[in-house]
Amino acid sequence: MLRKQSLAWLSIAVFLSLWHGFALYLESRNLPGPLMVLQVFWEQCRSGELPYHLGVTLLRLIVSFAIAMFIGCAIGIVLGRNRQVNAFFDNWLVIFLNIPALVTMILCYVWFGLTEVAAIVAVVINKIPNVVVTVREGARALNRDLLEMARCYRFGKAKTLQHVVLPQLFPYFIGATRSGLALIWKIILVVELLGRSNGMGYQLHLFFQLFDVASILAYTFAFVAVMQITEWLVLKPLDNRAQRWRR
Amino acid sequence: MIRIKVKSKLYPATEDALPRRVINDFRLALKDNEFVCLVGPSGCGKTTLLNLVAGLDDDFDGEIRFDEREENHKIGYVFQNPRLLPWRTVRENIELALNEPAPSGAIDNLLEVMQLADFQHVYPERLSLGMSRRVAIIRAFAINPDLLLMDEPFVSLDSATAQQVRDLLIGLWQQRPHTVLFVTHDLREAIALADRIVFLTSAPMQTLNEVVVPFSRNERQNQQLIEQFRHDLLQTDGKPVT
Repeated sequence: MLRKQSLAWLSIAVFLSLWHGFALYLESRNLPGPLMVLQVFWEQCRSGELPYHLGVTLLRLIVSFAIAMFIGCAIGIVLGRNRQVNAFFDNWLVIFLNIPALVTMILCYVWFGLTEVAAIVAVVINKIPNVVVTVREGARALNRDLLEMARCYRFGKAKTLQHVVLPQLFPYFIGATRSGLALIWKIILVVELLGRSNGMGYQLHLFFQLFDVASILAYTFAFVAVMQITEWLVLKPLDNRAQRWRR
Repeated sequence: MIRIKVKSKLYPATEDALPRRVINDFRLALKDNEFVCLVGPSGCGKTTLLNLVAGLDDDFDGEIRFDEREENHKIGYVFQNPRLLPWRTVRENIELALNEPAPSGAIDNLLEVMQLADFQHVYPERLSLGMSRRVAIIRAFAINPDLLLMDEPFVSLDSATAQQVRDLLIGLWQQRPHTVLFVTHDLREAIALADRIVFLTSAPMQTLNEVVVPFSRNERQNQQLIEQFRHDLLQTDGKPVT
């Protein structure tokens, strides 16, 4: 365990040293070293700029993630459990899966104006099909024996969902959550870049126009850090708790 | 009294199989608190019959009548594999089957009798197969069922464990008598457990014949007696011994 951890730290140290080495060698504004990025990060934090824009983006992420997960899971369960409904909607799903994210964004802004709602809807529409596909696989693979048991002992719908269905879908939820957070934050930045006047996407666009690579990397670092902390503090413990019955 | 009447049960044709008649004109009446064993060859339709009785499959021609409690009858089903929820502890698995709160101490008593009191907070994956089977039996008794269905619940246990669980089952059943329909292909097991044995034909399943087991519960401890009775039954091809 200890060895595994020290190996992880070592790999990060090697990565940072390589980066530092290249930056020193190139001496270019376009590749600032890790120390420089850290300094910019600190300044941006102190001025309050970075926390504000990061906060705005995180808020959009949380709202759109929650909506997409809720709707996506509900649709996924229905499609996974009902062959006819699935046969009907399967093509729709393929269409929505393959519409480029940029297209939904532009359409949402055209149809709903450059508003917060349009931004959220664009992200949600992009994310829902992925959740549906993942959860549908889980719903298809539900254990029939246990469902029969629940029927025989008259669990009823709510109890069956809570104690028989959802625990079986949990690994799929966690999978959809992990891939979902990564996907949504990539989409959200583009949404912000195209039609919002705050948030990380907007800021990155600004830095791009100024060729301010150090700030771009500082913002990236902030977001990656937030995601990693979410993994450590929320997803991992949740996962461990839900899997504690396993041998 | 519970009356089972299945005129016919068909499995519909699939892409690569013709329609198949599994049960053909099967009738059985169970008296209150009677322990009946169904004995028949593998694949003759015993599990199908239990599923019909349990209401898990209602696509058949016939009827299942529970004289006293037509609407709200409760059925405890001990499946061939224990079918416990792996993410719930032993005790939670039992409690979940109860749709109304059990009288205090009822579950404790059941756990005690089945020698599982120390394991009530353990997850099923950490139990042996014999223990999981015992939990499944407790779950079925806990709901205080009008009918208890048991589908070869001791199959693939080693003989010592099977004997132990069988003894525990009979102990529990004597303490809390219920009407039991028990499926097995092991004639010794049937003689050891049943008040009455119903022999079945291979599919399409029909009653071949019925035998009342004439021994008291105490007499059944005597393996020789069981062995002799089994021998006689086999000699007479399942016909009643006179």
